[in-house]
Amino acid sequence: MSEHSSAAGQTCTISLELNGERRELQVQPWTTLLDLLRDQLGLTGTKKGCDHGQCGACTVLLDGRRINSCLTLAVMHDGASLTTIEGLASAEALHPLQAAFVKHDAFQCGYCTPGQICSAAGLAAENRASSRDEIREHMSGNLCRCGAYPNILAAIEDALPALRGQEGAQ
Amino acid sequence: MTPFSYQRPERIDQAIALHGPDSRYIAGGTNLLDLMKENVLQPGQLIDINGLPLREIEQTAEGGLRIGALVSNADLAWHPQIEQRYPLLSKAILAGASPQLRNMASTGGNLLQRTRCYYFYDTATPCNKREPGSGCSARDGRNRIHAILGASEHCVAVHPSDMCVALAALDARVHVEGPHGKRRLELVDFHRLPGDQPQQDNVLVEGELITAIELPVEGFASHCAYLKVRDRASYAFALVSVAAALEMDGDVIRRARIALGGVAHKPWRIEEAEDQLSGKRAEAGCFAAAAERLLQGAQPLADNAFKIDLVHRAIVRALTEAAGGTV
Ligand SMILES: Cc1cc2nc3c(=O)[nH]c(=O)nc-3n(C[C@H](O)[C@H](O)[C@H](O)COP(=O)(O)OP(=O)(O)OC[C@H]3O[C@@H](n4cnc5c(N)ncnc54)[C@H](O)[C@@H]3O)c2cc1C
Ligand code: SF4
Ligand code: FES
Ligand code: FES
Repeated sequence: MSEHSSAAGQTCTISLELNGERRELQVQPWTTLLDLLRDQLGLTGTKKGCDHGQCGACTVLLDGRRINSCLTLAVMHDGASLTTIEGLASAEALHPLQAAFVKHDAFQCGYCTPGQICSAAGLAAENRASSRDEIREHMSGNLCRCGAYPNILAAIEDALPALRGQEGAQ
Repeated sequence: MTPFSYQRPERIDQAIALHGPDSRYIAGGTNLLDLMKENVLQPGQLIDINGLPLREIEQTAEGGLRIGALVSNADLAWHPQIEQRYPLLSKAILAGASPQLRNMASTGGNLLQRTRCYYFYDTATPCNKREPGSGCSARDGRNRIHAILGASEHCVAVHPSDMCVALAALDARVHVEGPHGKRRLELVDFHRLPGDQPQQDNVLVEGELITAIELPVEGFASHCAYLKVRDRASYAFALVSVAAALEMDGDVIRRARIALGGVAHKPWRIEEAEDQLSGKRAEAGCFAAAAERLLQGAQPLADNAFKIDLVHRAIVRALTEAAGGTV
């Protein structure tokens, strides 16, 4: 049995590599990864839209793969590496997807944008979508209430070639 | 969510020994946590099974595949052996949920996902599946997404999985291990009809763990189709779905497999409908006859009579596509 087992009500200690930095964190078993990021760590770039896996606003990259952080428990990810929207850009430059979203004006209110960008980074790493129809289908897990879809699609299409060569697409 | 204790065992026997009446296993969490947030489920203990060695996809002695229960839906759909030998399974998985969810969802969890009946999710309404004996709000309520086949007066819910529809057509088997040892079940016998015990989705007993899904050698790779009809083009549950698989000899059907989703409490298969296609030339007439046999006894509710026509046409179209060759 691993150490981060807990009795009811107890907190557990987990270790996460969060945006490149190793962190030791105390979590309650019922804290979702999303609530850990937003409420406990103040990383509010990751958004809560539905809290039920239905909108994609909470998309983050866990060990390089896109997931919905609202439907998983923080305690389940001891030892994992997590990248959020705050960790995508380098110190000097925007991430190519961020730059493409700015260039194509791929948002209105911006609420869905961090999830869209993390999801697109995951899509690039998967390397399963290149045509417009494929990108549309593979981005269907991210809703945009403002309906900025045409520009989101254009931004991703524009950034994909640059990302494809890049290892891990991050 | 109501507080619970959390354990992460590293061995299968430990996981089973930890399991009590108030426990739940958690794999991807995409269905369980959703239901816990709605207070539909309030387990006192979660047993995280992600530390168990159930992530392999291996060849079986007969030449089929054994898929560990923790293989993610995305990894399964994109596994080279699945894409080449069992494209029907790949297509069905990729027709479901979203890329993010498929990265999280596990093979075992997909089988055990609960119905999307609105009343099951709404703790303010009666529901026999959630609270046995309280009544069924859907029977005389909103029932557009509900069953047309195999329902009972106690429950008219449907099983929402796409993956299971393909697994049913492919004659998959489910390996389970529990307090009383190991069992191997046919997938078509794994889920049950509601009868007077709608709280029981399947035949698992308390503490039993799904360890693997087994696929037989025959994957119907060259002639299969998965057709899913839903309210929007992507990221929605099926209103109806059809998994069609054919073995062809020129334009003559040698063997057929047809499974339906979105119509019943389990993936719907009728062997007679399949057998009557053997030896026939592939054309719309015999496909329509097979559809009629599959839908024999169908009973629509107030809002879902459209499903009968819809699934009839979907069956004919899926079989026509399968006969034309897998695309
Ligand atoms: C917004 C949304 C849209 C979706 N759309 C679709 C769709 O279109 N098509 C579709 O098919 N599905 C869809 N899904 C459902 C998704 O496929 C399931 O939630 C997922 O497959 C469940 O797997 P999991 O590993 O996350 O299960 P969990 O949530 O971890 O577990 C589900 C249940 O299974 C039990 N369990 C898990 N693994 C085992 C095991 N090995 N042995 C014994 N018990 C176990 C748990 O105790 C729990 O009761 C959707 C889900 C969401 C949230
Ligand atoms: S159909 Fe089944 S799940 Fe839905 S309200 Fe009736 S008993 Fe509950
Ligand atoms: S907040 Fe997670 S999918 Fe909507
Ligand atoms: S930009 Fe407003 S929700 Fe997408």
